[in-house]
Order: sequence, then C-alpha cells, then structure tokens
Amino acid sequence: MKLRSAALTTSDAFKANREAHLALLATAREAAEAAAAGGGARSMERHVSRGKMPPRERVANLLDPGSPFLEIGAVAAHGMYDGAAPGAGVIAGIGRVHGQDVMVVANDATVKGGTYYPMTVKKHLRAQEIAAECHLPCVYLVDSGGANLPNQDEVFPDRDHFGRIFYNQAQMSAKGIPQVAVVMGSCTAGGAYVPAMSDVTIIVRDQGTIFLAGPPLVKAATGEVVTAEDLGGGDVHTRLSGVADYLAEDDAHALALARRTIGNLNRRMPESVLWQSPEPPAYDPDEILGVVPADLRTPYDIREVIARIVDGSRFDEFKARFGETLVTGFAHVEGCPVGIVANNGVLFSEAAQKGAHFIELCSQRGIPLVFLQNITGFMVGRKYENEGIARHGAKMVTAVATTSVPKITMLVGGSFGAGNYGMAGRAYSPRFLWTWPNSRISVMGGEQAAGVLATVKRDGIERQGGSWSAEEEAEFKRPTIEMFERQSHPLYASARLWDDGIIDPCKSRDVLALSLRASLNAPIAPTRFGVFRM
Amino acid sequence: MFQKILIANRGEIACRVIDSCHRLGVASVAVYSDADRAARHVAMADEAVYLGGPAPADSYLQGDRIIEAAKATGAQAIHPGYGFLSENPDFVDAVEAAGLVFIGPSARAIRAMGLKDAAKALMEEAGVPVVPGYHGADQDPAHLAQEAGRIGYPVLIKAVAGGGGKGMRRVDDPGAFADALASAQSEARNAFGNPDVLIEKYILRPRHIEVQVFGDGHRAVHLFERDCSLQRRHQKVIEEAPAPGMTAEMRKVMGAAATRAAEAIGYKGAGTIEFIVDGSGGLRTDGFWFMEMNTRLQVEHPVTEAITGIDLVEWQLRVASGEPLPARQEDLRITGHAFEARLYAEDVPAGFLPATGRLAHLQFPDAARIETGVRQGDAISPWYDPMIAKIVTHGPTRAVALRALESALVDTEVAGSVTNLDFLIALTRHEGFREGEVDTGLIGRDLEALVAAAEADPRVRALAVIGLAGLADPRVKGGATLWQPLRRTIAWEGGEAVLEVLGPGAARVTLDAGSAHEVRWRDGRWWVDETLMRHRIVSHDAGVSVFGGRTVHLVPLDPLARDASAAGDEVTLAPMPGLVKSVHVKAGQAVKAGDRLAVLEAMKMEHSLTAWRDGVVAEVMAAAGDQVEAGAPLIRLEEEEE
Repeated sequence: MKLRSAALTTSDAFKANREAHLALLATAREAAEAAAAGGGARSMERHVSRGKMPPRERVANLLDPGSPFLEIGAVAAHGMYDGAAPGAGVIAGIGRVHGQDVMVVANDATVKGGTYYPMTVKKHLRAQEIAAECHLPCVYLVDSGGANLPNQDEVFPDRDHFGRIFYNQAQMSAKGIPQVAVVMGSCTAGGAYVPAMSDVTIIVRDQGTIFLAGPPLVKAATGEVVTAEDLGGGDVHTRLSGVADYLAEDDAHALALARRTIGNLNRRMPESVLWQSPEPPAYDPDEILGVVPADLRTPYDIREVIARIVDGSRFDEFKARFGETLVTGFAHVEGCPVGIVANNGVLFSEAAQKGAHFIELCSQRGIPLVFLQNITGFMVGRKYENEGIARHGAKMVTAVATTSVPKITMLVGGSFGAGNYGMAGRAYSPRFLWTWPNSRISVMGGEQAAGVLATVKRDGIERQGGSWSAEEEAEFKRPTIEMFERQSHPLYASARLWDDGIIDPCKSRDVLALSLRASLNAPIAPTRFGVFRM
Repeated sequence: MFQKILIANRGEIACRVIDSCHRLGVASVAVYSDADRAARHVAMADEAVYLGGPAPADSYLQGDRIIEAAKATGAQAIHPGYGFLSENPDFVDAVEAAGLVFIGPSARAIRAMGLKDAAKALMEEAGVPVVPGYHGADQDPAHLAQEAGRIGYPVLIKAVAGGGGKGMRRVDDPGAFADALASAQSEARNAFGNPDVLIEKYILRPRHIEVQVFGDGHRAVHLFERDCSLQRRHQKVIEEAPAPGMTAEMRKVMGAAATRAAEAIGYKGAGTIEFIVDGSGGLRTDGFWFMEMNTRLQVEHPVTEAITGIDLVEWQLRVASGEPLPARQEDLRITGHAFEARLYAEDVPAGFLPATGRLAHLQFPDAARIETGVRQGDAISPWYDPMIAKIVTHGPTRAVALRALESALVDTEVAGSVTNLDFLIALTRHEGFREGEVDTGLIGRDLEALVAAAEADPRVRALAVIGLAGLADPRVKGGATLWQPLRRTIAWEGGEAVLEVLGPGAARVTLDAGSAHEVRWRDGRWWVDETLMRHRIVSHDAGVSVFGGRTVHLVPLDPLARDASAAGDEVTLAPMPGLVKSVHVKAGQAVKAGDRLAVLEAMKMEHSLTAWRDGVVAEVMAAAGDQVEAGAPLIRLEEEEE
C-alpha cells in the first residue's frame, strides 16, 4: 500500500533535475510577481493616496487571517496587450471568510483603472464558472471603469463577454449561491450592474460610486452638472436610491461589513465524502523537483510523484498488472479521498479500458478524481487502429466527459493530442486545471507537427519529380517547431487562461487539497454516463 | 480549640485564615460587602454574613455589625486578619464585652504599641535599642546642635509636623548644622505653619528587618527575622526570610530584644517588631533600632511559615483558645530560605497607579505557594487594596529560592488588568538583589532600569499579533498561496501590524515603522527571529495576552465599531478609578485652559483635572462623592466653533 520511492536524492541526476526545475520555477515566479505588482509603483501610490487599500491587501483583509488563497489565473494576459494588463487587471481566487470558502473577484484599479480587457472578462467569467460549479459565495471587490473601450469588440457583444458576468450573477443567485458586492471605487455603466445584481451590496462613503452614466456623460446628454458623489455616491445609494445596502466609512470598514455578511449566510458544506485525519506524505513533496526529469522525453515512474502528494504516501493501486501505462488507484489528499488517474507512458487500448473502468468506480462511489497528466497521446499504428484503440479511447473520453464527480487535472508533463481529452483537459471541464512550469501543451509535439507538414511537402515535390535537400527540409520545419515551442509554453497557455494557473510542483499537494475542498462545497450529483462504445 | 470563628476581613487574608480553619476542622464565618458578594472568601467559608456597602466604613469597619454577626452565627471568636479592625483596641474591648474571643493581642497591648513615641519609650525601658534622636520641646538652635552632637553625625533634621520630605535636611558634619537647621525651620514654617523640628540619627544604608514574635500573654518566642527592605515608597514589594547577611550572633541579639519587647507588654498572639538596621558595611549588633510593633499577623507571614514549617494562623487559634505557646524557643529552626512577592493590579509605567479590572485570565504555577483572594473572572474593585496574590517560594538556599520565585512569576498569568508582574520579574533579576545587597533605597535608585526591563518586548508583541490573528494554534494550516504571501493588517486598540502568513506555524509580523519579525512554531515552541521564546499565547474574554515576562496584552479592535469616538476630544475622562472629591464648575460656566474642573482622589492622592482649552462647560457628568471607574466621562465642554 505504501509507495516506495526509488529516488536517490543525492544522485547527480536528482540534482540536475532540481536545478533545471528551479530555473523554470524562477521564470514562472517572476511572471507571477510582475502580475501581483499590478499597474506599478506610481499607479499604486496614486491609488493609496486616495485612501484606498492596495487591491491585494483588500483581498487579504477580507479573508480570515491565515486563510489560504487559491489564486485563479494569476498570470492572465501575461505578454498580451503589450504588457498593459498585468494579471488582466483583476485578482480572482478562493479564500476563507469565517471558515467559509468564497470566490473573491477584485478589480485592480492600478491597472488601467480596472477596465475590462478581453482577458479580464475571461478571467472574471472563469472565476464565476468555478463559483457556480463549486457553489462558492462570490464577493466582488469592485473598483473598475467598465469595459476597455479600445477593445470593445472583444469585450461587449459575444456570449462570453461582459454581459455574461451579470447573467452569471443572476443564475448563481437563483441557485442560492450568494452574491456580495463591495463598491470601493467606480462602477460605471455596465459595471453598475455588478452591485445592482448582487444580493447584498456595501459601498464606501466618498469613494465608491455607482451610475449608469458618469458626470461627463450626463452633462453631454442633458446638460445637468452634478458631482460623482451626488450622482451615485455611497450616501445617495444607501439613503436615497437603495442600490446599496450598507454604507462603509473606508475600505477596512467595508471589508469588515462584507465579512459579517458572509458570517450571516447560514451555509454549511455538504458531507459528500468520508474525510480522514490528514497526514503528510512519507516522502518530502520538495523532492518532486528532483525525481521528475527535466526533459519531457525522459520516461519516469509517475508513482514517484504520487508518493509525494498523497497522505502517508499510501496508494491503493487498482489493476496494477493491466494496462500498465495508466496508473489508477485510491488515496487521500489532506484527508480527502481521491481516485488518481496518472499517465505512465503512451495510452494503449488496455490502459484506456482500465481508465474508463476506474472512472466508473469513482463515479459510483462519489470519489473525486485527480488526473496527473503527462501524455504524448494514444498509441498509433495498424495493430492498434485495427484492434479499435479509437473505440477504447472513446470509452475513456465518455467516462471523463460524463462523470459527475469533481475532476481536478494537473499537467505535470506533456499534454498532447487526444491524450489531453482522455485525461480531462480543459475541454472536459475539470473543476480546476493546474500546470507545472515544465509542462507543454499542443495538439502534437512541434517535431511531429513539422514532420507531418514536411512529409506532405516532400511528397508533393517528389511527385513533380523535384528534389528536397535535408537542409531545405530543416529550414522548412524550423518556423513550425518554433511556433509550437512558443505556443505550448505554460506561460503562453496560462496567459490565455487555458488553465487556472502555473503552480510550484512542490505545492501540488496543497493546491490539490484546496481544489478538492473548494469543489466539495457543492454536493456530488449522481452520474449518468453516455453510451460506451463496446 | 474553637468550633467556629468569624473572619472579620476579606481578600487573600480571609482566604488564608479559612484555609487553616478547614485544616483544623474549625467552621468559618465570612463577612462581606456589596462589592464582595461573589468573592472567593465568601465562597470558601461555611457561612457568610452581609455587612453593608462597598466602602470599608460601611462594611468591614462596622465593628458592631461584625460582633452581631458572630453572635448570630454562634462563632466563638473573631479573627481580624490585617488592616481594617485588626489594630483597633476599642473593637477588641467590644468583642470581649460581647463575650467573644478576639484572636490577637489585648487592647492594652495594642494601645501600648499604637502611640509611636510612647512605644519607643517603653522599649527603651525594656532595654530594646531605639533610634537615637531628640524629640524635645526646646528648639533653641544651640541646644539642637548639642543634641545632634550627642546623637552622632550624620543626622536628619525633620519637621515635627512634617510629611512629604518638606522641612527635612540631612547633615553630615557639625559645621553645616546651623544653616541646615535654619532652612529646615523656615521650610517647615511655610509648609505647616510650625517651625519645630526633631533630630534623628541618619542611617546610611537602611534595611528593614523585622522579627516575628509570638506570645501567650506570659512568655514569648521569636520565629526569626524577615527582610522587607525591597520597598517602593514604603510599600513592601518582595520580602524574604531569613535576612541576607544575618549572623547567628546578630539574630540572637535581635531575637532576644524582640522577645523582651513582647514580654514587656504581656503580648498574646502573633506580632512583629520592626527594626531599622544599618546595612552599610555588614550587620552589626549595635546597628539596629526599634521602629514599631505591628500587633497583628503581617502580610508577609508566609515566608516565616516557609522557613519554620509552622502555620501561624493555627498558632493564633490555639493560643487564643487558651493553649500555651505551642513551642519553646529551642524547638524552633530555620530550614532554607523563602521569598514572597506581592502581585498587584497596578500600572507600573504610569507611576504604579492602582488599577482595576475583571481578571479575564488568571493562572498560577503549581510550584509556588499562592495566597490569593480572587479567581479568574473576579474583579479588582477600586474599593480595596488592589493586591491580586502573594507568590511564595521556598528553597534550600537563597539562590535556589530566588530562582524559584523568578520562575514562578514567569509562569504566572494575569489578564484583564495591568499588573506589576513584569516589574517583579525584573526585580528577581536585579544583580544587587541577587547578591543580597538589599536596602530600602534599592528600588528607588534603580527604578528607571527596573521599569525599562519590564517593558514589552517587540518580539513578544509579534507573538501577541499571532494570537490576535487566531493563529496561536500552530496546527491550523497556514495561509497557503500559489506565490507570494498575502499581506494583512491586524489591528488592536492602540496599534496595528502587518501579518504575512508564510506557512503552517510560520509568519512575518511587521510592527510600526518596519520592524519585521519572523515567528515560527518549531519543536513545540515559539521562535521569534530565531530566538526561542518561553512565552505562552493565551486568548481570553478581554483579548490576547502573551505571558512569560515582558507581558503583552492586546485588545482586539472591532472593525465594525466606527463612530463611537466622535466626541472624545470634548470630554474629560477619569484618568484612573477613584472618588470624585470635588467638582469646581457648573454647566454653562466659561473656563480657561488650565482651570481646575474637578478633583479626583485615588489611592490617597488627589488629582486635579484641568481644562485642556478655553471653552464653556456643556455638562457635568459626575458629582462630588461619586466613585468612578477609569475612563468614566466627567466633564464635557461645548463643541468649539470652527
């Protein structure tokens, strides 16, 4: 039951792996820190000089002291919009208020006045999606000028654009998922609907404003001259308009009122699973950096990772002798029972069948699933196609797609091709998807993609009797390889919110535990699978 | 032996007496005032009788009611404790007239010792040395100079009507006598309207050494000495027995003098002969003088009990019930050394102002003898002595007993009122005191350093912040984040800090202007900046306290209470608990900055409360005679027009 690690922590390979991972980690950390710095020192100074709390401190002071904060999309918009929107100008994540998990969405007004870029909208909607799936009360710390006008075509009109925010608020409210807004700055135009659509709204005196049109627009439209405070300040909205419910003296007071509101929600986590008392792994999670090869092409035993994630390093491996390239089994993470599905090589038919079987088991028992994804794809070739690997793969994909238990996916290596589907990639709506700094994601490897294109091209040239030198072929392949390399990078992926964030592999256990707990705020519905192609 | 006695006292001494009653199978009757309905001594006693209002004059000094209570409950004797009626001869007469036994000396003995000059004369007669001096009516300067020469320099000139150091001069040689006398007399005339002076021998390094005596009306024994030199403004702070540097010869001479004094007045019961001793250059048999006799059980009697193994209250009851002295002098032995520290509710940095409060948390170490009249949740009221407890330790040597005292104090936990605990700890660590170099001036000389050594340590404050943040239970998972820790503000009454949780049992606390401290829970203990802290973080009703020396108490700030303080500047608040002695203004009256508004009397001191600005009195919220708590609003000025 207890896994035994074969790793030699003093070996050169271990040290070399660790060095390589630390370098990757440093890049990721740098990106995260740049995002956390928001709009920069001068912008922050201006923000604070108005008596406002820095956005991250707002989040911190809302949460319980010592609360974890599972941040979503920390490096969103990294390298996009010429670097104009660090963190996409919004902070999102799950923390605890009076012990209750809540989703916090906080505008960062130091980033272009907190206006919504396309990635801002995507991050806000992703946070709401998580909240809706996990039944997490939402607290919106609003301080935003609304849609970013130069980008209005990618922000306003489509289904998953700005309007969806309020649609989601109404939908969640209808499901009994509390919506709380704290207006700590502007809430203009469409933004006005965040507080207006909330169940409870708090506004800061002489600081928060809510109006459909600001003073300049009012003057232009009707000639009326009015101050922002008289038009839609805290006093007006709590005394006259009723748009807001509580008047706060300042940010700290507003956050205290929000905490009290959450404290009065009368919510309780459903008892979906049988928790055990948590126990640290027998092997140090920090050793992950040494046991995982730096080069994705080097195979290794995924159990080395499992041993450093699960309680007591205990793993009840299911069907260990069958379909060995997929490792399945039961374990606990911080006391929460989980079914682990982990790649240990390319997927064969047996492995896919085993995966489907195991997912059925977990669904039957109501055990959350954890996918440790490191997959180059399903096996190719005549033998495999003829025995119906697509049929077996489809069984696994069906099981993954239709199970109702929470799925948490962690990208610990490669994520290529159809393997991504079978292992609960983004399209399969895992509750959370986290990536390691060494991971890569693309439809296939850059080499393979370039090779496919080169083969097609060579065939064409040779059919016309021409010839193509090896140098010419290499030159042809280079841009494709480079493009794949750039686009499969975890920072590129995370900037576009293909995942919920890059994490430090050593914190995998913490992140999984927090993801599981957040997920279990929602009851687990019974599963109804689709038709399995037998 | 009595079947039932009444204890005409309260607090720790009442509890102390009841303890011995329990042990001896004697039923106990407590008495109580309105302020003491739920007090510990009432809870401990077999019966309790209500006396009256909280002011001592309405309750514990109501001799008639106490005697009535004794008769009504069938008590045969009355134990007076110390203070209150314990040295009131009229009360003794009344008790005896009622057919009851007073557990203590006769009224005659109390009267004999009550008048200081007469007592000294009596002692001189009995061959007990008294401080050489001149108390005569002849105030002729030449005569006074001659008397000074007879006494021997250095001498002290004191105003007869004196007090507070006025009209007092130290003179080291005869040449300076005339000038010093003239200025003392003129000062005395100005201050008291009476220029008369007396002359006493000036003692260079005075020590306060007292001898415990016990008599049965015929014979007396002594139970050795106690050294009470560690005093602050004549208030004993730490007492010990035996006295450091005491020789067998000196002890014998002092003991004999004390016994003689007791026998001279046919003393019955426990008493104490106080001596002033010249501590300069070692103790000498010709260097001690009678000061006064206390005809009662002393506060510091436990140190004598510790070194002799005798229960003095038991002896009091036995002798009062007619038994002869339970031991002969040659049966008495000293075993080891003992200390007693007096733990008070008082504000040391504010000049040892008496404090009040509800004891939200109270815990004493098992390793010391604790004499206390309060329990956790009890209040220290402004009506009585604010003593919380006496902490008594005993050891084979002075060094061991002192270490035990230090350790016991470090392990003592009091929250809900400020205390002198950290000051006591600082005293136990005082170099000179450790060496046994005690005299009554020690605390006064080193006060600044002692108070500073008791001040809060920022590292302890960092631990308190951890407590206030609710992170004192290190098993609580600590603030996991993906990358950088969250920076959070933790606020309390009077301050705030920035908290960054770094992991389970690990945090960075930034106090005031950038003083950052790394707090870690490791191997079952707290470390701050890699220094092991012996401290305990305790949460209680009144907030969070960190105990273990240089105590920090933090009272959490309710972030939701935001508008109460609006009018604060306009109102004069009582700076401490006390009695409003007089009010000098009326509503509507115009005042100038510095004008006296009211006088507050607290612990025998009168505090003038003055206007802090020109203005008009809007409201007077207290009247002369009111007993007020610290912070009570007294006078409000009308709001200033801008």
